[in-house]
Amino acid sequence: MIPAPFDYVRVGSLDEAISALVEHGEDAKLLAGGHSLLPLMKLRLATPSVLIDIGPVRELSYVVDAGDHVAIGALTRHHDLHHDPVAVSQVPLLSMVAGKIGDPQVRHRGTIGGSLTHADPASDLPAAVLALGGTLVARGPAGERQIPADAFFSGFLESALAPDEVLTEIRVPKAVGGHAYQKFVRRAQDWAIVGSVVARVGDRVGVALVNMGPTPLRALAVEQALAEGASAAEAAERAAEGLEPPSDNNATAEFRRHLARVLTRRALAEAGV
Amino acid sequence: MKVKLEVNGEAHERDVEPRTLLVYFLREELGLTGTNVGCDTTSCGACTVLLDGESVKSCTVLAAQADGHSITTIEGLASGDELHPMQQAFREHHGLQCGYCTPGMVMAAVSLVKENPDLDEAAVREGLEGNLCRCTGYHNIVQAVLDAARSSREGAW
Ligand SMILES: Cc1cc2nc3c(=O)[nH]c(=O)nc-3n(C[C@H](O)[C@H](O)[C@H](O)COP(=O)(O)OP(=O)(O)OC[C@H]3O[C@@H](n4cnc5c(N)ncnc54)[C@H](O)[C@@H]3O)c2cc1C
Ligand code: FES
Ligand code: FES
Repeated sequence: MIPAPFDYVRVGSLDEAISALVEHGEDAKLLAGGHSLLPLMKLRLATPSVLIDIGPVRELSYVVDAGDHVAIGALTRHHDLHHDPVAVSQVPLLSMVAGKIGDPQVRHRGTIGGSLTHADPASDLPAAVLALGGTLVARGPAGERQIPADAFFSGFLESALAPDEVLTEIRVPKAVGGHAYQKFVRRAQDWAIVGSVVARVGDRVGVALVNMGPTPLRALAVEQALAEGASAAEAAERAAEGLEPPSDNNATAEFRRHLARVLTRRALAEAGV
Repeated sequence: MKVKLEVNGEAHERDVEPRTLLVYFLREELGLTGTNVGCDTTSCGACTVLLDGESVKSCTVLAAQADGHSITTIEGLASGDELHPMQQAFREHHGLQCGYCTPGMVMAAVSLVKENPDLDEAAVREGLEGNLCRCTGYHNIVQAVLDAARSSREGAW
């Protein structure tokens, strides 16, 4: 399986990346780790005419303690996020989730920015960033803007980024309290059939779900029930409320709703809620 | 486009289409057919090589992305007639049957042990989750990797 032909442009800095996006227009796509985009291109489900390889933009690979939050460069690989000492000590949830993605080879290539921008409802990091209440930073020709994670996932495999914007940074509050990720898979290495992430940030409890709708999403009914004083078990019962999970060869929608409730109950218990 | 890679310690420059995948660059441009293609969908790990010392699935990396970097394939592990300790361990523990998964399995295992030689059986099984074997049932592969990890801890490699 070989991708359709394309022109390849390699950039070494963020500014070059933005200029290249402006120059090549809507048919161009950024290439980060390539572990979502290249599989799609090999299946000819994506046929960009220009690939702008931002892999060499090392300035976008970092995890830093920024006082009240942790800032993660968009090109930080899952492998590096998993092992980074700042991530491990200040947002252990994120580093743990990064270590559950795919397999070591995938984690050596895939990046957090690629994972968020790809916006696959089945992916792990978007749900973790949602549960933490993160903020995404994008840069385009008109300058920089901040997008709350809540407003970032706009549709199936769609993000709020404009075609000429680069996701540069992911900011998440420090969260050293209880946290959990319950990822339900049938085989090693697989994507979640359903997943439930719980993060305690101060006295707020964030809950987000994997593969329970067209986008990564928050379990708002659970969060609200908890805020109103419901017990963890009562709140978890509401995990599938208002959601339309897909039916596929892994699970029916009904089974997914069941999983969401059970996994959320387990995740809340594991997080000490 | 021109790409220049260091493969098994030797520099190679070729003119290729941008869409050339690293595994086909290795097999078809350089004739290094030790790296196999199993699934072509990033699932089986048969195509695993080391990119700057870390395991990657070469069916999902463009040769262009590896431009300027160094690659190690199964052909580059042994020194002369002397097998790499991981290859030797696979041989001693009979960690292969048909051998199709073996090059990728060995490269993934080398990367795993280099990252952390302090592995127990569960860590080996989890660390090789990106590599599928249809023959062995994994048991002897895991024994081989545990043995090679032990020799690495003892400073043999
Ligand atoms: C076998 C396999 C198993 C996997 N298993 C899992 C799993 O269990 N859980 C999971 O969550 N994921 C999984 N993944 C996906 C993996 O995490 C991807 O690496 C990730 O989704 C995409 O990151 P990337 O850097 O490879 O992005 P790319 O594939 O390079 O890019 C993806 C998309 O994002 C855009 N993009 C990338 N970076 C930026 C940026 N900085 N700004 C703007 N746009 C950008 C690209 O243009 C493209 O549209 C798996 C992948 C494979 C191949
Ligand atoms: S051929 Fe690359 S993972 Fe199977
Ligand atoms: S030995 Fe045959 S696939 Fe592993």
